[in-house]
Amino acid sequence: MRRAVLIVIPYLWLLALFLIPFVIVLKISLSDVALARPPYMPQLDLSEGWAGIRDFFAALDFENFVFLTTDDLYFKAYLSSLRIAVTATLITLVVGYPIAYGMARAAPEWRPTLLMLVILPFWTSFLIRVYSWMGILSNEGVLNQFLIGLGVIGEPLQILNTNTAVYIGIVYTYLPFMILPIYAALEKMDESLLEAAEDLGASRLSAFWLVTVPLSRSGIVAGCFLVLIPSIGEFVIPSLLGGSDTLMIGKVLWEEFFSNRDWPVASAVAVILLLILIIPIVLFQRSEDKAREAGK
Amino acid sequence: MTRFSWFNVTSLTLGFAFLYLPMVILVIYSFNASQLVTVWAGFSTRWYGELFRNEEFLDAAWVTVQVAFYSSTIATVLGTMAAHVMVRGGRFRGRTLFSGMIYAPLVMPEVITGLSLLLLFIGIGMDRGVVTVVLAHTTFSMCYVSVVVSSRLVAFDRSLEEAALDLGASPFDAFRLVTLPIIAPAVISGWLLAFTLSLDDLVIASFTTGPGATTLPIKIFSAVRLGVSPEINALSTLLIGIVTVGVVTTSLVTKRAAVQRAREEQAAQRAT
Amino acid sequence: MVNEKSFAPWDDPDARPLIRFERVTKRFGDFTAIDDLTLDIYEREFFALLGPSGCGKTTMMRMLAGFEEPSEGQILLSGRDIAHVPPNKRAVNMMFQSYALFPHLSVWDNIAFGLRREGKPKEQIEARVQEMLRLTRLEKFARRKPHQISGGQRQRVALARSLAKAPKLLLLDEPLGALDRKLREETQFELMDIQEKTGTTFVIVTHDQEEAMTVASRVAVMDEGRIVQVATPDVIYEAPTSVYVADFIGDVNLIRGTARARDAGPAPEPDAAAPEAVDPVPGAAAPLPQPEGRRPQPNAMGKWLHDRVLYRILGRRPDEPRQLPPPEPARAPAQPAPAPAATPEIPPGGIEIRWSEDTPPLIAANGDPALDGKPVVLALRPEKLGIARERPAAANLLQGKVIDIGYLGNISTYHVELPDGTMVKAQITNTRRVSRRDITWEDEVWLSFSPTAGVVLEE
Repeated sequence: MRRAVLIVIPYLWLLALFLIPFVIVLKISLSDVALARPPYMPQLDLSEGWAGIRDFFAALDFENFVFLTTDDLYFKAYLSSLRIAVTATLITLVVGYPIAYGMARAAPEWRPTLLMLVILPFWTSFLIRVYSWMGILSNEGVLNQFLIGLGVIGEPLQILNTNTAVYIGIVYTYLPFMILPIYAALEKMDESLLEAAEDLGASRLSAFWLVTVPLSRSGIVAGCFLVLIPSIGEFVIPSLLGGSDTLMIGKVLWEEFFSNRDWPVASAVAVILLLILIIPIVLFQRSEDKAREAGK
Repeated sequence: MTRFSWFNVTSLTLGFAFLYLPMVILVIYSFNASQLVTVWAGFSTRWYGELFRNEEFLDAAWVTVQVAFYSSTIATVLGTMAAHVMVRGGRFRGRTLFSGMIYAPLVMPEVITGLSLLLLFIGIGMDRGVVTVVLAHTTFSMCYVSVVVSSRLVAFDRSLEEAALDLGASPFDAFRLVTLPIIAPAVISGWLLAFTLSLDDLVIASFTTGPGATTLPIKIFSAVRLGVSPEINALSTLLIGIVTVGVVTTSLVTKRAAVQRAREEQAAQRAT
Repeated sequence: MVNEKSFAPWDDPDARPLIRFERVTKRFGDFTAIDDLTLDIYEREFFALLGPSGCGKTTMMRMLAGFEEPSEGQILLSGRDIAHVPPNKRAVNMMFQSYALFPHLSVWDNIAFGLRREGKPKEQIEARVQEMLRLTRLEKFARRKPHQISGGQRQRVALARSLAKAPKLLLLDEPLGALDRKLREETQFELMDIQEKTGTTFVIVTHDQEEAMTVASRVAVMDEGRIVQVATPDVIYEAPTSVYVADFIGDVNLIRGTARARDAGPAPEPDAAAPEAVDPVPGAAAPLPQPEGRRPQPNAMGKWLHDRVLYRILGRRPDEPRQLPPPEPARAPAQPAPAPAATPEIPPGGIEIRWSEDTPPLIAANGDPALDGKPVVLALRPEKLGIARERPAAANLLQGKVIDIGYLGNISTYHVELPDGTMVKAQITNTRRVSRRDITWEDEVWLSFSPTAGVVLEE
């Protein structure tokens, strides 16, 4: 009895505020724009009974999805989101791996402190962390002043409002997601394995490639997915650091909704974004399950 | 070994410089006297004064704290229940759907969560304001709470609950008197996480908010869209300061408790 | 053997059990953990459930505590079916393997936990907790938290906590598993002491046969969800009813062979058939086949007594070698004896076990002649074997080579390899210092045992 209550309350909450909203998005993506409040057609009219439901379903169509294919803005936005996310993930890996490695090889009494230093930005506002780069990357910003002061460049570099700034933003904000799983994998590794490899004639570098990297693979995979998945749908970073030509799907959805007030198209964009995300999410789930099996 | 240590020290130094320099620069510039954010014109706390006189920011901060408090509290209750169901619930109808709904919000892009909740609120004719933001924040942060609490529950020695039952406690008493005090640290960190997520959220709040319920992130976002502002620098510095003090204090307290405990355990072993 | 004083309600047909498992079956999905099991446990018993991990002993205990419900059958506590009573409504308490002490509560509060749930008045709770602290010698630690006391003290807190409510039945799940060996032995006697003082019925689950033998009034040996044998520790050890039990309890040599009934007629030496003597008198072996076959063999002391005193009253000991037995081809030693060997007199009846082509069959005077022609196993405890360099006079002899000697201080175990490769262990008490032992590695030795030393078991 009590157990049933325990299950039912969170279950109903999630059904009402997670699943049902999602079904509504799906439904609106199949509706048409209308100059009404709310601005779409058709409305489900239960007062007309069965006929109302039939009319409702009859009016649904895939017009918005067809529209998405005709205007190549959306296609380009999806493609460029994926490209930016994948590139940024790889950069994050290159930046994050040495840090995780250094942490795992640091003296044991230092590790908790280093770990705390990686986690601390998690608790700091995401928005503020993205914003902090605006002051650094702008034309009159700290970085340009510094480089001009050094005499490396004569003219300020245009970094803010370009894709480069977006990469920097993603790498910066998602770096802890990359470091933590790799660190966890490396820390578990027995250092005598490296000694054994070297004892058997491997050089330091080949021991690293042949032993350390394969053993931290689970951490690398987890870290990459943890960075890739949220950055595909990212909105704040491209809108603050990116330029008008930076196309990312989260931003397109936002603008479609708030600026164009085209709810059905915004919903259709959301549905496709989710479909694209399902692939990496399922892959991630699989690799996690596999890692858990192997862990047993 | 020396070569590698050198490499490690370099990568750690550069890495942490990358993580912390932007924030340090932000903090430094918040004490800049100049209106022009890029020109250093001497130390001043002028922008902090301006900030505290800005009614809009103060209102937004108050709304944000309220939203964060309510949503994280409800999310902690629901998330703990959900965690209990996931770890201890055994099999029941729709378990797969349930666990799917717990994990999905963690990977769902915020724009989609925000959009879908907004469409729901419009669909049921609910006026948007503080309540809708609280509902929205509760929904996604309860999933984070549930993940944090279930990882603790999985490690929890089940025989403690059984011992309580065996000694005559009802299942509810066993939870109240034994399980809850022991998993309390996880529940508290779940609450803190939910609170921070809510304080921090821009996208979902933007979708689900209404008149009179502008949260601080929305306010900051609309201010910085146009460029860097000294007042925002001051505000950011305050927020960074609060978080740093909080996290550092918590970790010091936890560490001291762990050291104390280890010492007592050793003493107990030696005594025999 | 039952006398009025000894505690043996299981032999009393009128005794009513405290707990009765009646055809209990427990399944987890496709897996049958407990298979149609029936068992009685009596009041004031110290009952041990013994078996390897996965044999179902923990499931039995969890059903008694109420954490599992039987799939079929009944569990009666004082005649009342408790199969579906929840754990918090049973007069049964449990001491957990991990102790399950509440880490956030002091020792005092841990012990008071169950009493508080009953809503007893404060003074009564205080008095009872004090009593428990005294019983377990924990008065000094009442205010400490579990992590501030040692493992042995935690074990006593767990015991005090589970006894505080004065349960009808106390369940102990591997109670000493987490303690080191020395502490474990001390604690075993402490447990027995407390059990006696409180008069509570204890059911202990353990995989440690020594522990079960030490503490328990009766032991149930379990295997794959069934009870293989329930008996007092000495019967379990001396008269196991199956190869499984013989092998599980203690060290044992198992010799496989085929049984052949022996002649049950009068012994070759009629004068040896002395009137049946009382069991404990050494040297007075009965000539007739005995069903139990657990006659004591004379030890050094008995022999001395007999030679100096008793033979005047009882006559010569029948198993003392006086002359060669009638030659029998099957019994002729396969290898020439190094010394003039005299085979002692062997009680007639029982069976002989053919186990190897080149050696004479082994004689088990206590074997059931009905086993004739069947494959059997002779289970021999290592301490029942003698070992010597010279061929001794004994009913059963095995020759072999010493491969290994395990020195354990008080005893030594000799691993002897027989010509066919079989390894046999013999255990000798070290009454002499090691340096004076005359048997060493690679020595050719004779192992000897009496015709009633082993137990014949059907395969």
